[in-house]
Amino acid sequence: MLDRRTLLSGTAAIPFLAALDLPAAWAATPKGIVVMAKQIDDIVSFDPGEAYEFSDNEVDNNCYRKLVRPNGDTLAGDLAEKWEVSKDGLTFTFHLRPDAHFASGKAVTAEDAAFSFHRTVIMDKTPAFIISQFGFTKDNVEKLIRATDPHTLVFELPEVAATSFVLYCLSANVGCIVEKATAMANAKDGDYGNGWLKTHTAGAGAYQLVSWKASDHVILQANPHFGAPVHEKRVVIRHVGDPAEQLLLLKKGDVDIARDLQADQLKTIAANKDFHSVAAGQATSMYICMNQNVAELQKPEVHQAIKWAIDYQAIAKNITPGTWSVDQSFLPAGLPGALTKEPFRKDTAKAKKLLAAAGYPNGFKVTMDYISISPYAEVAQAIQQDLAEIGITVTLQPGTQKQVITKTRARTHQMAVLVWGSDYFDPNSNAQAFCANPDDSDNSKLKIIAWRNHFVNKTLTDQALAAAKELDAKKRIAIYHAMQEEFWKSAPMAFLLQKNAVATMRKGVSGIVIGPLPDYTRYAAITKA
Amino acid sequence: MKRVRTLAGALASVPITLFGLVLITFVIGRVVPIDPVVAIVGDHAPPEVIARVRAELGLDRPLPVQFLIYVKNLLHGDLGRSVMTSHRVTTDIAQYFPATIELATAAIILALLVGIPAGVLAASRQGSRLDHIVRVLSIGGQSVPVFVLGMIFLLIFYVKLGIAPGTGQQNVLYEGMVPHITGMHVIDAALTGQWDAFWDGLAHLALPALVLAYFSLGYITRMTRAYMIDALKGEYIITARAKGLSGARILWRHAFGNISVGLITVIALAYANLLSGAVLTETVFSWPGLGLYLTVSLLNADMNAVLGATLVVGLVYIGLNLIADLAYRLFDPRVR
Repeated sequence: MLDRRTLLSGTAAIPFLAALDLPAAWAATPKGIVVMAKQIDDIVSFDPGEAYEFSDNEVDNNCYRKLVRPNGDTLAGDLAEKWEVSKDGLTFTFHLRPDAHFASGKAVTAEDAAFSFHRTVIMDKTPAFIISQFGFTKDNVEKLIRATDPHTLVFELPEVAATSFVLYCLSANVGCIVEKATAMANAKDGDYGNGWLKTHTAGAGAYQLVSWKASDHVILQANPHFGAPVHEKRVVIRHVGDPAEQLLLLKKGDVDIARDLQADQLKTIAANKDFHSVAAGQATSMYICMNQNVAELQKPEVHQAIKWAIDYQAIAKNITPGTWSVDQSFLPAGLPGALTKEPFRKDTAKAKKLLAAAGYPNGFKVTMDYISISPYAEVAQAIQQDLAEIGITVTLQPGTQKQVITKTRARTHQMAVLVWGSDYFDPNSNAQAFCANPDDSDNSKLKIIAWRNHFVNKTLTDQALAAAKELDAKKRIAIYHAMQEEFWKSAPMAFLLQKNAVATMRKGVSGIVIGPLPDYTRYAAITKA
Repeated sequence: MKRVRTLAGALASVPITLFGLVLITFVIGRVVPIDPVVAIVGDHAPPEVIARVRAELGLDRPLPVQFLIYVKNLLHGDLGRSVMTSHRVTTDIAQYFPATIELATAAIILALLVGIPAGVLAASRQGSRLDHIVRVLSIGGQSVPVFVLGMIFLLIFYVKLGIAPGTGQQNVLYEGMVPHITGMHVIDAALTGQWDAFWDGLAHLALPALVLAYFSLGYITRMTRAYMIDALKGEYIITARAKGLSGARILWRHAFGNISVGLITVIALAYANLLSGAVLTETVFSWPGLGLYLTVSLLNADMNAVLGATLVVGLVYIGLNLIADLAYRLFDPRVR
């Protein structure tokens, strides 16, 4: 008969029995395979003509190559060996390297490059605007972007645009060059291979996609035709949503690299010599916006009062050390033209005076939406406290990121703490988003951040449009400098922090290159002892 | 004839329940304060792309029309396409659901192996120390949140003792190596003779299965105990004792034999709860099952996926309830 002792000991032994006779394979990741823990549940598609999330863009950057890529403050050739720009700034001629090959083994040609841009504009998925904003349409793109020989691509702009603006847009994920033959061999119902390329890759990058299971894993295999050394043959990216779990897996040796550790986790291993980190400032900003349809938030003195009430340094030091740093410009540090000075610091007396001058000596009540995950939740609470000191009573309204975005897009919020990542590595991305609002009506064609907050400033709008077309690089940068100064004075938005992406590795693992945008992060040089 | 009528009556309620489920889930999916189009095309998409996608998805039509179209497609077996994975929702469910079945089945087997004997013994020694211990352990399983239990198990068996693997369904070494036959990793590995992958899969299954098993254990133990206490008061038990039968024979043959019909419902409900309630366990253990799929879909406002997965969970629940109901009617002579 089953007695008490047998029952209890049997129950206690179950976990041990399950682990009997098992290989100790989970003690370390295998040789030749790099295992990365990352939050990858944002992946929607790997088709460069459609991919628009952080994780799919990062994977694409390792599976595809582009004509040009950023190199520090400038641009360098990638598939393009060199290029010329006509004096009027309208015609770009790219000369492609003859030695680049797709994962299939076929050489990359100008025809592939032209096809890649054609399909992006014709399919007109979300990132298509990065190319079509220059005036390309379904009707003109095949005529204006063309291969004149196997290694020469002519890129003719329908209207003038700043040269660096064009080139930086070509270095974005949407500029990935897709192998035409593979895409068309898998095309269905005239989709240019979109259905297939959502879950496959056909590029000339260091790796190719071999497996993806949504919210579970991505497996990349080295491209044997890449033409440069790829040290680790396989990269496995495991979806691990919880940063604390990422740290646990890293410590146990189940992953080689953890990509989303937060300030708390980084602090715990800062002094541990078994781990090391690389970090890079991102073109991603955290900011507060104030909807101008709220009477109390309309006066410039109120905007200034709020900007002077916030303790930026305390937030960065206490809530986001190592992961977000103070940055008060709408152009995050590193982006061409960004001003790195910090005009605002906490000055409660000054903020109170400004509020009184605006006609609110006793403050007012306002709601503030925020994304209810760390660190946004903590930052929102810190701001609530700072604003309470000058008499503004903030009611916090938590929501998921998509909820908060839906609300701000509908312009039904009052204040909100939000995050914004640049679409491409050119100041126009943020300048247009935060400054340009040529039509504040519901029928506007430009409904980005300025529009969502009813922020209308003709000077800034005109400057944003002018800078995008300015061919003189120095003049262009000067316009962006002036815009940032004006923005600090008049905009109903306070920029708080710039994201710092950190990759933490086990001892013996190195070589990951974290770019300022996910589109630029590279795995090819990763090595593992 | 009576049985046929009973069966028909039970089956007739299924479509009505399902319709209610579809209606409620659909309405909830449409009234959540998230624009599904923004969720698909992203925050930065231009207005014309948003308008086009809204029209493509039929979201610009009135809600009743959208519902009718959804029901029509549903009747053709079309649950739509997931934005998150780009696959048909039916394809996704076929990929993710077997992992949940694998986990829930392992958990229910463990829960039954421990829960039923524990319940029977506790009832036979009512008020004893054993009874109190079983009660405390059972209540613990029901009252400690499953995600807390999951983290405690990970901390003890993975972090501290190092005798169990971490999260996930398999070691990275076997990722993509085991072909999809049933979709249940351990079984597929066994079917293809990949014994290393089999043992690895079993090790990865152990902790989440134990957590879920403990969750069900409380319910199964308490119900078994309650049924047994009732059964042990029966006159036939007194007669059996008077005849001098052994304690084990009385317990397992006479008393347990009588409560086993009632336990069918308990087990079916516990299994349905495991299949539908593995959401948190799958999230904590990064187990690529339907629960994780549902959670991520919900966070990404992928409404077709949410609706499809919810319907499957509902169907399973209704199906298992129906089976339990029918089995009860079939095996219990009092309701024949």
